Amino acid sequence: MLKTFKLGGVHPPENKLSKDKTIEVLPLPKTVFIPVAQHIGAPSTPLVKRGDEVKVGQIIAKSSSFVSTNIHSSVSGKVKKVDFSADSSGYPKQGIFIDVKGDEWVEGIDRSKDLDKDISIEGSDIIRKIQDAGIVGLGGATFPTHVKLVPPKGMKADVLLINGVECEPYLTSDHRLMLEKPDEILVGIQLLMKAMNVDKAVIGIENNKPDAIILLNKKCKSYNGISVQSLKVQYPQGGEKQLINAVTGKEVPSGGLPIAVGAVVSNVGTAFAVYEAIQKNKPLIERVVTITGKGVEKPSNFMVRVGTATSELVEAAGGLPENTGKIISGGPMMGRAIRTMDVPVTKGTSGILLMKEEEANRKEVKACIRCSRCTTVCPMGLEPFLLMTLGEKQIFDRAEGEKIMDCIECGSCSYTCPSNRPLLDYIRFGKGKVGAIMRSRKK
Amino acid sequence: MSITVVYTIVTLAVIGAAAAVILYFVAQKFKVVEDPRIDEVDEALPGANCGGCGYAGCRAFAEACVKASELGSLNCPVGGNDTMGEVASLLGLEAVKKDPRVAYIRCNGTCDHRPKTSSFDGVTTCSIVSSVYSGESDCQFGCLGYGDCYDACEFDAIDLREGMGVPLILDDKCVACGACVDACPKSLIEMRKKMPKNRKIVVSCRNQDKGGVARKACKVACIGCGKCEKECKFDAITIKNNLAFIDSDKCKLCRKCVPVCPTNAITELNFPPRKVKPVVIKECEPAK
Repeated sequence: MLKTFKLGGVHPPENKLSKDKTIEVLPLPKTVFIPVAQHIGAPSTPLVKRGDEVKVGQIIAKSSSFVSTNIHSSVSGKVKKVDFSADSSGYPKQGIFIDVKGDEWVEGIDRSKDLDKDISIEGSDIIRKIQDAGIVGLGGATFPTHVKLVPPKGMKADVLLINGVECEPYLTSDHRLMLEKPDEILVGIQLLMKAMNVDKAVIGIENNKPDAIILLNKKCKSYNGISVQSLKVQYPQGGEKQLINAVTGKEVPSGGLPIAVGAVVSNVGTAFAVYEAIQKNKPLIERVVTITGKGVEKPSNFMVRVGTATSELVEAAGGLPENTGKIISGGPMMGRAIRTMDVPVTKGTSGILLMKEEEANRKEVKACIRCSRCTTVCPMGLEPFLLMTLGEKQIFDRAEGEKIMDCIECGSCSYTCPSNRPLLDYIRFGKGKVGAIMRSRKK
Repeated sequence: MSITVVYTIVTLAVIGAAAAVILYFVAQKFKVVEDPRIDEVDEALPGANCGGCGYAGCRAFAEACVKASELGSLNCPVGGNDTMGEVASLLGLEAVKKDPRVAYIRCNGTCDHRPKTSSFDGVTTCSIVSSVYSGESDCQFGCLGYGDCYDACEFDAIDLREGMGVPLILDDKCVACGACVDACPKSLIEMRKKMPKNRKIVVSCRNQDKGGVARKACKVACIGCGKCEKECKFDAITIKNNLAFIDSDKCKLCRKCVPVCPTNAITELNFPPRKVKPVVIKECEPAK
């Protein structure tokens, strides 16, 4: 039997409409808006001001603390202004507007497509270069990668897990990347292994991507210590804790980090970005974004420069379908609906999903019938119905006791509820409040 | 048989006597002497347990009053000066008169002023919506209209006005307990001094965006132009972060700031209609 994680999970319709579409390079936009907070942690500090000329790959915002990253210009041109603009939530965030002029790159970036397998570089240099290149986890959480590679004192990683699961329906960006850049990803994995000083890496891939499994299985024979593990299709297998459980069988303790069981998880996209940063000297300025949806004329995978507006992507995929109800940044399970199409692609944008109106609207909420389906599907072994009530009634001390902070917000409970109850909405609200209470207690 | 009965009676009597002695000493040792005035003060309070005074309930407030050496820092907003006067006379302290207050929602972004640019179909409580996104209109500071304040009000003093976009506080019912102030995630509700006949001059806006952005989102947004600040003779108006604020303690209700506001962001309430000066047309005098 195929491996998967032990607890819960759901299997929504896969709808991988764009899985056969090769990655195309999206034409350069006329202007970009590059937010200074594209990662978990402190926002970066802008280094440029209005009127400055910038080149592709130039640092335009510097990381302000250890858990933070550099932001590089993804285009060349003139800085229009450093100002606030609404992000996907509608609240303004600081960022840098650049008017694009030509495509001039910073010297030293190798733009050739030749594969560079030489990994004689020192481990500490790898971490330093990853930090300089502004690499964050590209699976969606955007946690700065260099922080992950330095384990807390007294802990040691013994296995590197590479997330090629892509369990979100619709999204195909990681799938295409694995098919088109397998060697680059494998070299990137070797670099990560060297940086962390581990000798084993496992790539987890769900078996709805047989072509990727076969290809990487064949290729990884020539790389020491890397193997491929095919996994049963089950959402949310791409969650860090779920992937560790599926591949190694170990369980990350409540409130702990994956390093507690000796594992570090990285995305295939991150491995590719690491390859480019170290072998090609290229900072993280572009990523693969899937644009898809049932009404979309041409569902595609694009290599997109960070800061490109969503509207450019939608245009390239054949325009906005008439009956679009929601535009979602990310996948249908964990993505966020965005307010306007001016919202830019950031380092964490894995896809743009255009949902039809009839799919997008929520159904009528009915009373809980105590069927316990939410408890069955919760991959963290929580009781979502209870956490929802505690969030609704604002009983935060008990919610903390019921481990509300362990929720990974995968949305399996809301997805499966036959009464269409908004479980995750209330749980997320409770999580926010409990988190704030816990932080204030520490102070 | 009879012996058993006797033994039982004797044993129980001995246990009872021993327990009584123990209980007597325990009661002496742990006796709680409560000031009888607490009960009296508690009696005089409204008994709403709303928490408007800042204490857990009327009883806790009564205890605080009895302990206090002066009543300046203590106030029951529900009972007002009458209740506090009674409490003061019970405790033999000097009553401190306080201006009564009333809550006001500083947003006038009803549907005709502030168009909706997106729609939300999740859980409709203000606290959740504001944690997810900025709201259905383009104004990120404005009222969401889902009525967390309405739910928090124990005195039926808020009219939700469903469909209008912004609730309305009923001045006659509002007791200034402050529950709605804490409930509003956008911090729109302010406690203002209660003026005669419930008259009010308020900047009904909290938008701190630059003028153009604010105006685009809402027709009656304050754009921070500063005209009202210049007009005010009593220094009651201050501009901070592109937003005007009228201090109700300094405002003398002269209404001069209202007509100068270019966006009608200043609301005047419960005033008689303004007198329109008749236009006198003088006939031209013939040249001498």
